[in-house]
Amino acid sequence: MNITTREKASVSRQVRLTPSRYRNPIGKYKIIRSSACIGCGKCAELCPYGVHERLGESGKMIRPKDYRCHGFDCSGNDYFCIDKCPVNALSIKVNPTYNGLGDFRWTNDMLISTWDQAENGRIVNSSLESYIGNSGGGFDKLRFRFPDNPDKIIDKSQVDMSLKLNRRNDDKETYDIKIDVPWYGGGMSFGSISENTMEAKARVASAWNTFTCTGEGGYPQILYPYDDHVITQVATGLFGVMEETIARVKFVEFKYAQGAKPGLGGHLLGDKNTPDVARMRQAVVGTSLFSPFPFHSVYSIEDHKKHVDWIKSINPKALISAKVSTPSDVDMVAVGCYYAGVNIVHIDGSYGGTGAAPNIAKKNIAMPIEYAIPKVHEFLMNEGIRDNITLIASGGIRNAQDIAKAIALGADGCVIGTSELVALECIRCGNCESGRGCARGIATTDGELKKKIDLEYATQRLINLYNSYYNQIVDILVRLGLSSIAELRGRTDLMYHIDYSNDVAVV
Amino acid sequence: MPEKYHIDIREAEPRFTPVGKYSIIDMYEQCARGCRNCVKRKCVYDIHKHHESFIRDMKGPVTFLNECMNCLSCVQDCTRGALTRVVNPEFRWLGSGTWSPDQIINIWKQASTGKIPVSGAGYGGPFSGKGFDSMWTDMSEIVRPTRDGIHGREYISTSVDVGAKLPNLMFDPSGGLMVDPPPMIELPVPFVIQQPEFGDVSIKTLTAMAIAARRLNTLLVISTEYIRDELLDYADVIAPRIKGVDIDSCSEFIKKARMVEVANVEDVSILIEKVKAINENVVVSIRHKLNLDSEDHIVEMVLKGAEVIHLIADLNGEIIDGGHIKDSFRRIHTRLVDENLRDRTTLMASGGIAMAEHMAKIIICGADVVSLGMPFMVGMECRMCMNCENGMECPVDMANIPAEYGATRITNLAAAWRNQLLEVLGAMGIREVRRLRGEFGRAMFMEDLERETFGRLFGGKEVAR
Repeated sequence: MNITTREKASVSRQVRLTPSRYRNPIGKYKIIRSSACIGCGKCAELCPYGVHERLGESGKMIRPKDYRCHGFDCSGNDYFCIDKCPVNALSIKVNPTYNGLGDFRWTNDMLISTWDQAENGRIVNSSLESYIGNSGGGFDKLRFRFPDNPDKIIDKSQVDMSLKLNRRNDDKETYDIKIDVPWYGGGMSFGSISENTMEAKARVASAWNTFTCTGEGGYPQILYPYDDHVITQVATGLFGVMEETIARVKFVEFKYAQGAKPGLGGHLLGDKNTPDVARMRQAVVGTSLFSPFPFHSVYSIEDHKKHVDWIKSINPKALISAKVSTPSDVDMVAVGCYYAGVNIVHIDGSYGGTGAAPNIAKKNIAMPIEYAIPKVHEFLMNEGIRDNITLIASGGIRNAQDIAKAIALGADGCVIGTSELVALECIRCGNCESGRGCARGIATTDGELKKKIDLEYATQRLINLYNSYYNQIVDILVRLGLSSIAELRGRTDLMYHIDYSNDVAVV
Repeated sequence: MPEKYHIDIREAEPRFTPVGKYSIIDMYEQCARGCRNCVKRKCVYDIHKHHESFIRDMKGPVTFLNECMNCLSCVQDCTRGALTRVVNPEFRWLGSGTWSPDQIINIWKQASTGKIPVSGAGYGGPFSGKGFDSMWTDMSEIVRPTRDGIHGREYISTSVDVGAKLPNLMFDPSGGLMVDPPPMIELPVPFVIQQPEFGDVSIKTLTAMAIAARRLNTLLVISTEYIRDELLDYADVIAPRIKGVDIDSCSEFIKKARMVEVANVEDVSILIEKVKAINENVVVSIRHKLNLDSEDHIVEMVLKGAEVIHLIADLNGEIIDGGHIKDSFRRIHTRLVDENLRDRTTLMASGGIAMAEHMAKIIICGADVVSLGMPFMVGMECRMCMNCENGMECPVDMANIPAEYGATRITNLAAAWRNQLLEVLGAMGIREVRRLRGEFGRAMFMEDLERETFGRLFGGKEVAR
């Protein structure tokens, strides 16, 4: 095996202000400055959010940066620009583009809040609902029950957020890796997302000492400097799976199924199979590439063990994860994966993201992750193997509170994908596959469109988002009186569901 | 294996500009004019270019009205911020009841292209909902139904049987059949077409449906008051729907028919006898409007030898006295299984089936076959505006639809729905739609998951919402 080594990259996790790459960022409100404005600069002096800016000392007012506006929440304040303008030149309304943005799961508020976090590294615009979507079930109906005075006073800086990936006591040979945050990045293949997006995901994984995943599409050279933070995926089409790439990483993931299209294969259209993609996938340019369902070599847990042994014979120290979907027997599948020797079971719920999937599959096939996590967690407990395996949940994890809720339901950690793309200003229009691909340059291989994403920008937006998530989860733990993320696992007693009356008053 | 069933797809562009979901509003007074950086030129989907060409030639197609893909690139990049994206108000008026505007637009697209709806990003709808939205279908992690994919040479069958079945066969000592099996129709798709309950239905519309029924090798159910002699050419696929005395007006059709539908009148057995007297090989289906206590009545009907029972809910899938068709079917199917009668009869479902997934779900709940009217009307561009019901003009001139064109739209939609059914069956590892019938175990019901998970974890009673 000839492993090309490259210098390992080192990326700082420092937060830096990274505004939108668009000229007109989308906010919830629109501030209109009429021609009555006399340019006195009063609003710029007053507004603490930086909505109003003036060019120079006595210069003209520039167009309001209304995406920063806190809107009607601000109306009681003595700095409310609308009331304080001496000539009544300012007016405020809800941005018409805000209506119709987002959907039931990712509401317009949640999208804008994620952009806010990616820009600032924390939640600045507190007027937005960052955590609760409008789906009317699952995470959107679960709330944490924060005590007025937690039992233990925890120092924020002492909270242990690390996640141990190898918990098997019969497997001392495999890497004993702890990641600094209880989540890692989801698999997105070379060919489905642009190179800069892919590299930015790897850079943030390296900055925060966690992982990102190649998806099924090979291991491009741009990822070599981040080898220690890359998961290489072995999926049903075996595209781009080579001994060399298996050997160069510390973590290998089998994709048995994907939450967004459980039980369905993938299909890369011939047009998308450009020379670069074809080279990476070891295929002929311009042919349609089918990724079948399921692994045609796996009919049983014994077959699955054979797969694990195959990877272990190439890379004996590699962590092995099995990514499965959430059918009604997902608990049995998870136990089977454990006995076949994997370190991590990754359950991907049915509302997860994808580059393209039939709508009928996204909506209907397999159960939402909120039901699957407790089911698997408890089954593994009863089997007596819960502490020997890492349970990772994904598919519908949208924000920091969702991560904490998933862990409280019984997962050890999460995988996030869509929220990373939203940080890069994805608006979830769902047109990743149509025409030339993503019009916003995130999920495309089109030469012109992919230039819309700058590596520096993308990396920093993701670093900011991770920082924001990290601090929010630390904050949740402190408020609950917990000193580590591991203590939160399975603590459903710290939550309530707004449809059920337990001993807690519905807030 | 026998020859594979295949539905031909042909592109059928809409006759009328479809209603789009999004549009861009241009605050022209804010435009800088002469700006060399105009975002309209950079639209990935060329919508603004189509707009301009329309202004130059107003006879051209108005396609830009429904093309905006909501990428917001122009809104966000315009130098002066002069553009705004809005949701088309006309879009919100589409549909009726549980038929949402998104469903209508999706049916149109499937009828135009014959392709199944595919998109990127995760599901963005509600967590669960009423009716069909409160169930999920299952999948199998390692079982695959066929060796070369769901569209391979080794195929998944979507054929169903319509008619009564004998509980057992009997043979004489020489091996000859001693019983006389009742007539049976095998349809290659688990649905028949029915003339919709409302709409500007003309002979052209019905001919379009009849051509489609013949191409699909399925049946078209038409009420007697709509039957005309012009349709005699298609009598082999037409199943007349009769109320009683009108039987004589369509005896020519009954002679050639494979199936006849009768109303569930007081003396239905006499009516069935009359039909069988005209054509003894015809399968008779009895229409029954579902209510909350249909079960006993249906058991009785099966015991009396009902060959097909067509159970009907309203357009939104609701039954008389409230409740959803899917719950009714689960109760009825279970009852018939308990009484050891299920295989003797065929249950047909109609009402509230607006998406391909609903077809799969009602089959899981116990239907053998579904009867679809409204989806195919929408496939022929109906907007469910109800103008026809109120004596106003149909915005898509349904009565004058060219029959051949209408048939293509219907077959395209049928192909897309069948392919989606194949996706669901493939994911479950099932190779035959007959085996999907009543397979509750291959579905997950929201009330069960909720009870087993959150109900158990978060205790006690559900709070009334």
